[in-house]
Amino acid sequence: MTAMIELANAEKTFTMHLQGGVELPVVRGVSFHADPGECVVLSGPSGAGKSSILKMIFGNYRCDSGRIGIRHHGKVVDLATAEPRQVLSIRRSTIGYVSQFLRAVPRVATIDVVAEPLIVNGVAREEARERAGGLLRRLNIPERLWTLPPSTFSGGEQQRVNIARGFISDLPILLLDEPTASLDAANRAVVVELIAEKKTKGVAMVAIVHDDEIRHLIADRIVDVTSFAAAA
Amino acid sequence: MSELSSLDNDQPLLVAEGLAKNYGRLAACRDVSFALYPGEVLAIVGESGSGKSTLLQLLSAQLAPSAGHVAYRMRDGVLRDLAELGEAERRFLFRTDWGFVHQDPAQGLRMGVSAGANVGERLMAVGWNHYGRIRDTASTWLERVEIDVGRIDDAPKTYSGGMRQRLQIARNLVTEPRLVFMDEPTGGLDVSVQARLLDLMRNLVSELGLAAIVVTHDLAVARLLSHRVMVMKGGRVIETGLTDQVLDDPREPYTQLLVSSILPP
Amino acid sequence: MNAPTYNFAYLDEQTKRMIRRAILKAIAIPGYQVPFASREMPMPYGWGTGGVQVTAAILGPDDVLKVIDQGSDDTTNAISIRKFFGKTAGVATTTSTTDATVIQTRHRIPEASLHAGQVLVYQVPIPEPLRFLEPRETETRRMHALAEYGLMHVKLYEDIARFGHIATAYAYPVKVNARYVMDPSPTPKFDNPKMDNCAALQLFGAGREKRIYAIPPYTTVVSLDFEDHPFTRYRFNAPCALCGADDSYLDEIVTDDKGGRMFVCSDTDFCEQRQAAGHHGTESAAPHKEKAHV
Repeated sequence: MTAMIELANAEKTFTMHLQGGVELPVVRGVSFHADPGECVVLSGPSGAGKSSILKMIFGNYRCDSGRIGIRHHGKVVDLATAEPRQVLSIRRSTIGYVSQFLRAVPRVATIDVVAEPLIVNGVAREEARERAGGLLRRLNIPERLWTLPPSTFSGGEQQRVNIARGFISDLPILLLDEPTASLDAANRAVVVELIAEKKTKGVAMVAIVHDDEIRHLIADRIVDVTSFAAAA
Repeated sequence: MSELSSLDNDQPLLVAEGLAKNYGRLAACRDVSFALYPGEVLAIVGESGSGKSTLLQLLSAQLAPSAGHVAYRMRDGVLRDLAELGEAERRFLFRTDWGFVHQDPAQGLRMGVSAGANVGERLMAVGWNHYGRIRDTASTWLERVEIDVGRIDDAPKTYSGGMRQRLQIARNLVTEPRLVFMDEPTGGLDVSVQARLLDLMRNLVSELGLAAIVVTHDLAVARLLSHRVMVMKGGRVIETGLTDQVLDDPREPYTQLLVSSILPP
Repeated sequence: MNAPTYNFAYLDEQTKRMIRRAILKAIAIPGYQVPFASREMPMPYGWGTGGVQVTAAILGPDDVLKVIDQGSDDTTNAISIRKFFGKTAGVATTTSTTDATVIQTRHRIPEASLHAGQVLVYQVPIPEPLRFLEPRETETRRMHALAEYGLMHVKLYEDIARFGHIATAYAYPVKVNARYVMDPSPTPKFDNPKMDNCAALQLFGAGREKRIYAIPPYTTVVSLDFEDHPFTRYRFNAPCALCGADDSYLDEIVTDDKGGRMFVCSDTDFCEQRQAAGHHGTESAAPHKEKAHV
């Protein structure tokens, strides 16, 4: 297999013990793949399980059955059965995740929030900050804000910081959860550009976008999640 | 998520196997097994009385287990059963390769002795014999934990709660331990002080590639500091996994209850 | 002269044997504090009950006893202990350091070097050097057992941090035979070097704390210090006003209420020997001979 991501019959059910053990099936039979340089967009109505699938690929949600193959350091690792240590290693050097909301540590400056993924992978602090600054500039975050913690920013600004943090690294897989949701046209265009650049670098991407226009601009392939919906 | 510099190191640093502690008929801790790897931060969460503090004492060889054992990879690379170490070796380990951060800084500091000597004590205990160098190192560490170096000759009894806790951390880290035990490190501090301390600990842990075992009842602390989490109830580990996985996708009824009891930020 | 109701040297023979056993153990483990069953003595704690019991246990009829207090043979404490043994043991007493076979001392080591066969008995108030930093006896014992002495340097560190130098001037901690850290009793640190490789046997008795420890003859005794703050002796920078000695430990004596003072040897025997040998200081016109003892 040359795919970076390959899901086969992945399944997820929530059991709500606090609601008397109600079983809440989320998805089942999830099967698709993403090749290097390809952007796969998940489509389907809200509640169809798009975000859940993304979280399963990131290892944030556990996979009840099936398999989630990730090409990591040249070998395929099944995330559904991987040890926590393996998942962490995969997140450090293989999979990046751009969520809708920024979850940052209080008190840390924006520039450092963005630079952190590089520093963690051994890039020198100065170089990491330089690249972080470049991305923040492209995403139109004024330089005077860089030394402030992003928790004080507006929603749109926070999302752009989040995008910068997600795109800064050189990871071969990126998961994008509504990266353009609260952005204006100019910044949406920047994100589309960034995604195109990642493709030329051979990054495999799985994205959720509600905006039809953006979806057409970035998608190489569309996977309809409706068929995986497990809701009874 | 913090750095895991030694992640690809597949030799565990500490291994617990079938650990149990009984007080008469009460089982404070039952059948706990896990392996901790270098650079890995493990949070032990649960309510008061769930056995998490007992477990921490078992792991740090302060309490003898009723069953099971704990092994630690010494600096020479050999994995050794803690129960078989002599007291001198165990105490040496405690002052050099291990740190222990108490909830109450008064338990981990000499409250009447200057901050400089508090930090320098471990160095002197391993034979440092040059006042100037001890003081320089202590100053560097005070800076790292954001304590004004001008306060180096003041005793911690004149410090605020947050400063005391940061001093306790400096005192523990000065010998560059590989493993730090923390017992509710942010308990009893104001929320604003907690945030600063957490940020500091998170950075130090990642910069130094420390492994840590953090006991906390605060899931936010677990989320911010740890890679992995063990949920305890009634002396047993009922759920374990990646921190964000356990907190975002809890499986066990008790874990779901814990997670759902957090007030939204 | 012997009071018939008392055993030789006051203590009964069983007690002496018990103390001797403690002393033998102390000699076998230099610097180690041996517990012993300290007895009530006919003097208050703090007046040398530990030293007196050690002296009583080792004294024989042929011994010649000297007792000094702060270096002096003629203070109340020295005189009363000397008289005590004169009365209860009938031994010969002396003020001469060289002639004595047993010297009981409080807070000084004589200036004249001691010779083989002599025993120096120290009166000790607090035998545990780690006590002020670690109040738990269980913990200090463990620290001694495991030779964990970092704490001792914490005390010296605090001195330098506070005063710019090691300000501990008496009871200056030493390491005996490269093993046990020991409190030399409140002798001035000026005397510390005299303990090292000393020809005489040194015994330490703490009556209230019920501890005996020892330095056998010719044992290495090192004063603790830092590389960049080495141990130094300290004495007033003046010659003795009576004998002119410039290498002895001096007492400061206030002579009037206008700030007048003079410095004289704290070791009275040493000072008198020098004066008798013709040495003079600035105040030595009238020889100092009004002592009245035995």
